[in-house]
Amino acid sequence: MDITELKIKAAQIRMDLMTIIHRAKTGHTGGSLSNTDILTALYYEIMKVDPAQPKLADRDRFVASKGHSVESLWCILADKGFFPKEELETYSQFGTRLIGHPNNKVPGIEMNTGALGHGLPISVGMALAAKRDGRPYRVFCLMGDGEQAEGSNWEAAMAGAHYKLDNLTGIIDRNRLQISGSTEEVMGLEPLEDKWAAFGWNVVSIDGNDMEALVNVFREAPAAPGKPTLVMANTVKGKGVSFAENVPAWHHHVPSDEQLALAHSELTAYIGQLQQEGMVAEQ
Amino acid sequence: MNTIPNRQVICETLLELAKDDRDIMVLASDSRGSAAMAPFANTYPEQFVEVGIAEQNIVGMSAGLAHSGKKPFVTSPACFLSMRSIEQVKVDVAYSHTNVKLIGISGGVSYGALGMSHHSVQDIAVARAIPGLAIVLPADRHETKKMTEALVNYEGGVYVRIGRNAVEDVYDSADYHFEIGKAVTLKQGSDLTIIATGETVRVALDAAELLAGEGVSCRVLNMHTIKPLDEAAIIAAARETGRIITVEEHSIYGGLGAAVAEVVTQNAPVPMKIIGIPDEPAIAGKTSEVFSHYGITGDNLKAVALELTKK
Repeated sequence: MDITELKIKAAQIRMDLMTIIHRAKTGHTGGSLSNTDILTALYYEIMKVDPAQPKLADRDRFVASKGHSVESLWCILADKGFFPKEELETYSQFGTRLIGHPNNKVPGIEMNTGALGHGLPISVGMALAAKRDGRPYRVFCLMGDGEQAEGSNWEAAMAGAHYKLDNLTGIIDRNRLQISGSTEEVMGLEPLEDKWAAFGWNVVSIDGNDMEALVNVFREAPAAPGKPTLVMANTVKGKGVSFAENVPAWHHHVPSDEQLALAHSELTAYIGQLQQEGMVAEQ
Repeated sequence: MNTIPNRQVICETLLELAKDDRDIMVLASDSRGSAAMAPFANTYPEQFVEVGIAEQNIVGMSAGLAHSGKKPFVTSPACFLSMRSIEQVKVDVAYSHTNVKLIGISGGVSYGALGMSHHSVQDIAVARAIPGLAIVLPADRHETKKMTEALVNYEGGVYVRIGRNAVEDVYDSADYHFEIGKAVTLKQGSDLTIIATGETVRVALDAAELLAGEGVSCRVLNMHTIKPLDEAAIIAAARETGRIITVEEHSIYGGLGAAVAEVVTQNAPVPMKIIGIPDEPAIAGKTSEVFSHYGITGDNLKAVALELTKK
């Protein structure tokens, strides 16, 4: 997909995730909106995955360590055909497979996550297995910034550098907000990039809602052979929905009927604008 | 007297099996020495992973390796593996259905004078509460070999607990039927049954011999697998012998005794006694001294059995 198409796709995913959260009356709206661009770049442009063969040996692996922001992932997996799109209607309903965290009963989900600080150790194991077996697949692990307070991440950061896992890309959805407020007020993380660099990772900082920057950085990694890459994706929590942007309460706030309609009209207008720009570009 | 500790037997068995199975991997948390895994690390460096002193990471990494088709054996002190890593065991191993074998070394009170931080007498209770996680405690070196062979072919997460030092043999050889989830009847008997696990199986056999001298017919069950528990063997023991004593190197809360009591009370209620470590930080000392202090001895089991069988 070209960049405009990817942007349109991300906006559509945002509409879908607002819809399922509104219907279920539960969900992690803010973090799902902030990571939608990252997931869209990975699933529609970068990762080798095949919905028809979700267990293909050399598929690229994605691990959602910030498992609570699963709504964007459910919408993308459904859109790509890992499971029927109608199943999204069961999100968070009694007995569903589409629970509020990644669940590997669902095709396309590698591991059950949601307890924070688990994804990177698992991803290090996956990447190490690829290295030991001489397999070509890459592993992408999406972490939250609040999640960086979990010590297990740093155990895994050490191991990733120690084993020179340049097939591993960690991504931090750096939206600077967690449940209780600003990450820097809750438990200061800065200088976060320096910390990852000091642990031996190749650190790249980008605007995590800039589709072109995301595609480029994922395509270029590993920019430093022998080192795992950490993409500091500076995002806006609640991105793409005006009233949710940078508002801590939208961490797990649910849109009302009016708010859903407003979000949809904003995103529809944005898609219209992108389509127009696309046509201009083609002329 | 046997001088080969069970951890060494695990290493030797894995060395043998890894020749033909390149997916077997051993992970250590700066514990290749204490786990006796240095020979494996030296022989198969490509199948060995040093993780450093990081017990959460060692379990998470193992789950990632297992996800990619490996058969990881995590070798780490039981006290840390069963407690500090337990959320990773719950989510990354059990809930995610990854094929990880967790080998808790130097378990029970075998770290002796190092105290409560290093004793592991809550591990069975913790592991039992996790759905889908099997729990195995081999009784001696022969059983450890058979168990290790069985683990390689067992699909799913398993927590194994072994001690630090060589233990007296229970079996004459490895020539017997071992199956995860099936108790071994070491001695038939009709007056009562002693059910033991791990290194206390030897103590149960000692008691049975002493009881035979008193004219009491004691059945001995080696419950090497705590989960899935061999309920049929327990129910049969309750019905056929009428009294049960359990003995274990574990807290009296949540271990073998509790597991057996759950089955007995709900299926065939009979008088029971649970012998183990009371609700206190275990006293320091050699395993034999600690066992003696808490009545985990043939003599004490004999006395408890005589009391229980008194007409």
